[in-house]
Amino acid sequence: MSELRGILTEQVDRLIGDGGGVSLLRDVEAGNWPAGLWAGLEAQGLALALVPEDAGGVGLPWGDAAAIWQVLGRHGAPAPIAETMLGAALLASGGIEVPEGPLGFAFARCAVPFGRHVPNLVVLEGNAVSLHVSGAFTTAENIGREPRDMVAPGRRIARGTLPNEFGPRAGLLGLALIRSALIAGALERILALTVDWANTRKQFGRAIGKFQAVQQQLAAMAGEVAAVSVAVSQAARAADAQGLAGAAFEIGCAKIVAGEAATMGAATAHQVFAAIGITEEHELHHFTRRLWSWREEGGTERLWAAEIGRAALARGGPNLWPDITARDVQGATA
Amino acid sequence: MRFDLPDAPPHAEALRGDLRTFLAEAGQGWTPETRARSWMGFDRDFSRQVGARGWIGMTWPAQYGGHERSGLERIVVLEEMLAAGAPVGAHWIGDRQSGPLILRLGTEEQRNRILPGIARGELAFCIGLSEPDAGSDLAALRTRADRTETGWKLNGRKIWTTFAHKSDYMIALVRTSPAPEGGSRHAGLSQFLVDLRLSGISIRPIRDLAGEDSFNEVTFDDVMLRADDLLGQEGAGWAQATSELAFERSGPDRYLSSYPALAAGIDALNAKPQPGAEVVIGRMVARLATLRGMSLSVGGMLERGESPMVEAALVKDAGNVFEQALPEHIRNLIDPSDSPDELRRMLAGLAQLAPTFSLRGGTREILRGIIARDMGLR
Repeated sequence: MSELRGILTEQVDRLIGDGGGVSLLRDVEAGNWPAGLWAGLEAQGLALALVPEDAGGVGLPWGDAAAIWQVLGRHGAPAPIAETMLGAALLASGGIEVPEGPLGFAFARCAVPFGRHVPNLVVLEGNAVSLHVSGAFTTAENIGREPRDMVAPGRRIARGTLPNEFGPRAGLLGLALIRSALIAGALERILALTVDWANTRKQFGRAIGKFQAVQQQLAAMAGEVAAVSVAVSQAARAADAQGLAGAAFEIGCAKIVAGEAATMGAATAHQVFAAIGITEEHELHHFTRRLWSWREEGGTERLWAAEIGRAALARGGPNLWPDITARDVQGATA
Repeated sequence: MRFDLPDAPPHAEALRGDLRTFLAEAGQGWTPETRARSWMGFDRDFSRQVGARGWIGMTWPAQYGGHERSGLERIVVLEEMLAAGAPVGAHWIGDRQSGPLILRLGTEEQRNRILPGIARGELAFCIGLSEPDAGSDLAALRTRADRTETGWKLNGRKIWTTFAHKSDYMIALVRTSPAPEGGSRHAGLSQFLVDLRLSGISIRPIRDLAGEDSFNEVTFDDVMLRADDLLGQEGAGWAQATSELAFERSGPDRYLSSYPALAAGIDALNAKPQPGAEVVIGRMVARLATLRGMSLSVGGMLERGESPMVEAALVKDAGNVFEQALPEHIRNLIDPSDSPDELRRMLAGLAQLAPTFSLRGGTREILRGIIARDMGLR
């Protein structure tokens, strides 16, 4: 990890950590806007992090953004900063000036994260990107009780064309990368919570973490958590090397592995926590409900697997291995 | 735990091209059974050809027959060999762990005597760890070496030793002094470089469930070793053997063992399409690409001189799950009666071999125990 990335993720970690923790998640689930946290995130310039420097942004690579999103996921992503970062990047790439405030992010009639709270919408249709004022909305939520509202685009402020490296599926690809990274972070969080609980909770006169049956489950979960993290790094690195459109394979792989790991990780955490983890009072479900929601958003495992599988079948058995190695990111040539 | 993805080494594509050309030629006669056995296939002629191309001992200094390439270039070679299902067993152990151990801890005499032969693909190694009463509980081993005037006298028994009956040397972990009363059972163990032609050694192949002679019982009856057959430091055998496992546990051989069945399965599905197959194939490809990233990350850390023990255990565990599930996924997609002969024979071979994936090199339970300890659970 680069030094800069380490500093950035630490700052974001501290900022969100100080923002209220689980009580903030409860607040967001009650329908409130995390105004304090948002102000802090904007003050740090995060909204413009992916916008190129010559367009007034920070010009971070996808790799740094994904690392930040992973940290965000560790805290349950209480604000739509990841969606705003992506929306701003897409606006800027289409030559559109990025407005202040959180951005709604809409494509293919998908629900808008935090839609009721966003003053502006980034609307994607094919290679066209446009900025609209938010119009009328109906509220809805996912099982994470995160706002997922239907928002009608209001007055159009500007319209542009996405360059080829974003491609006509930039919305889906960007959202898949975001959700994969958030899942990676949320899984890290519930693994830490669960290990801590296993070392604390005593049954039969000893901590349940001393039982091999529990240890084996948690070790397997750690494997899944590590796998998602690596898959997300690979996806972000591919996006940096080839653009979002060129990284569809790695992003799809990340979303598949993240979705599978979300299922397994949430199940394992609940198994180890047992009854207490099912209670409203406990913090676990704020993360597991988000995991079950995020695996649905940005394309399910099934959607991405069908795409990757169809391509592999079309290319044939002898090409599978060469196709995988051909995607390696080359280092500086010696 | 940390996984940092390395960049591909310079000229990797050219190296892959050379390997693919070579393997296409060399592999013409390989049966589906051979390809399904992968690094359990033993073919000295093939290993000599690989050695002649400079693809064994790649990272070692030239003075010991090595080729001074990077560890990541070596991984390119391993990946291509495994993806092709090449019978690499005659040089695999020497290249992967015995050679590196001798290079790191051996005397100058040992390096000069052994390493060039491994690099030429001429010396085959086996691993003398398990004993009848010491499997996962390796520290319970009882084979012992007692000092003599000129060296050591070896007595005891090793078991499940893969390819002992075809190998030239064994690196054996044995007891050289009793475990201290109340102290660590890991103390008093040492490693020896054992020439398997010495008198007093008897090697009895143990037929496996597939009908193959792949592993053995090796008995040592007053085998006289020279003083300079001791490898590394007397009494430090446990630390030496466990550090060796970091090399052993994270490589592509821990997730690619059944890969040829995926490529063959894709072709069979193209000949006889099955509804929903693309989703199953896509999930496997995603896992494959991710495991490869994890394995390469550990490779990069080893290359930088780090000791990623826990990461390596995790890669092996996750990789074994994948390589065991792969043939079953394919089998669930294509009815055996609809499978082409090649795939059916490959799946039959893998069904019989797959149970070993999560046994060899540390069982799943031991690996998960290592991971759990790292998480503070033990």
